[in-house]
Amino acid sequence: MKTTECLIVGAGPAGMRAAKRLLDVGAEVTLIDRSDMLGGQLTKQTHMFFGSEKQHASKRGIDIMQLMIDEITNHPKLTVINNATVVAMYKDRVVGYVIGEQYHRIQAKAIVLAAGASEKAIPFENNDLPGVYAAGAVQTLMNVYGVKPGHKVLMVGSGNIGLIVTYQLLQADVEVVKLIEAADSIGGYLVHASKIKRLGVDIETNMSVKRAIGKDEVEAAEIWRLDEAWQGIEGTEEIIDCDVICMAVGLAPLTELLQQMGAKIMYVRELGGNVPIIDKDHRTSIERVYACGDMAGIEEASSAMMTGEITGLSAALDLGHAVENYDQEVARLRQELANLRDGPHGEKIRQGLKKLGVLS
Amino acid sequence: MRIKEHPILGFKPRETIKFTFDGKTYQGLAGDTVASALHAAGVRKLSESIHRKRPRGFYCAIGNCASCNMIVNGAPNVRTCITPLEEGMDVRMQHGKGRVE
Repeated sequence: MKTTECLIVGAGPAGMRAAKRLLDVGAEVTLIDRSDMLGGQLTKQTHMFFGSEKQHASKRGIDIMQLMIDEITNHPKLTVINNATVVAMYKDRVVGYVIGEQYHRIQAKAIVLAAGASEKAIPFENNDLPGVYAAGAVQTLMNVYGVKPGHKVLMVGSGNIGLIVTYQLLQADVEVVKLIEAADSIGGYLVHASKIKRLGVDIETNMSVKRAIGKDEVEAAEIWRLDEAWQGIEGTEEIIDCDVICMAVGLAPLTELLQQMGAKIMYVRELGGNVPIIDKDHRTSIERVYACGDMAGIEEASSAMMTGEITGLSAALDLGHAVENYDQEVARLRQELANLRDGPHGEKIRQGLKKLGVLS
Repeated sequence: MRIKEHPILGFKPRETIKFTFDGKTYQGLAGDTVASALHAAGVRKLSESIHRKRPRGFYCAIGNCASCNMIVNGAPNVRTCITPLEEGMDVRMQHGKGRVE
């Protein structure tokens, strides 16, 4: 069986930043990812990021991704395993993964999990029809493969993903008929919302999908108004002419691998669902197994980079590497994270982290 | 269904790749996955639910959800959204559960 000092599962922003920190102090790292390239979901983020300069604000996601790839590529102590899906994890840190039809095993002294998240769905009649797509899938289709998801889109959800994907649809010359939001206010940044409003997209709050209409694929959608208890109001139905219903209704951390290992998990609504119980340094309940990025709670890519760095540093320390100025570095990273989580938009995250016991 | 012009992304001309879906010939482009090529060609129904035979299509695009599982070159349950398209591929809709030969 192959062995490695530190195995990192997932080569998105969190995993790549953890790798960088570990490599910097001389650790030997194996980075494993199911895709054929590094970058995770940054491969489709064509928009400019917010935050401070340290998180490359005002650069596009795809360019930040390239910077991070360049930082670690060709490092003599890094092994990258692409096209590999991790399917099994055991308490002795033996990890099973599949490439094609071949099963492999590797044992690590430490494991950093940065597996990301999966998209949520909402229940309505015919929500399984082709044409009902997750927002991330629409982004992938357009920005990675250059394919339009359809001609007329109903966007569901006004968080930043819903707002940004709406803008990206317009950039790809696809019509967005309407954006609806179940809550009574827009969830994402108003700067994004204003941008798409200026381009003529109608945003309506207190609205949800009643059903998708169509036989073999989406041919239209029926939407309706919601009351204060988020129940549909009879008589307010409206038919929307569309061939795509794009679901931007949130993400859930992918914690299955940790659950397989027997790590302690907790349901925290504000963080997207089941999340691993971690300490401030991102240690899970299993010795030398760590979790970071969206997998430890849904946030933005910029926060994922920061939690990846903190995790890389604590893994390096636990593995016995000398980390120069550890305390100052971690304090600085925590302060940057606090800045990212500041303000009304960070309220939910802060509540969730308090429940998890990570923030006091 | 291809994006022709884009303000940020430059889609360079790509080689065409021929493949078949349920016996009919289709064309995709280099860099496509099986699912993106089918979608670009206007094919949105990629599979059926196992018991009630409801149409299923693209959903997550990153290999999470199994909605696009198809038979590729004879192998069932292939996640076509993360399977690179290759010249001459034989792609078929899967009806029911796959079998291990």
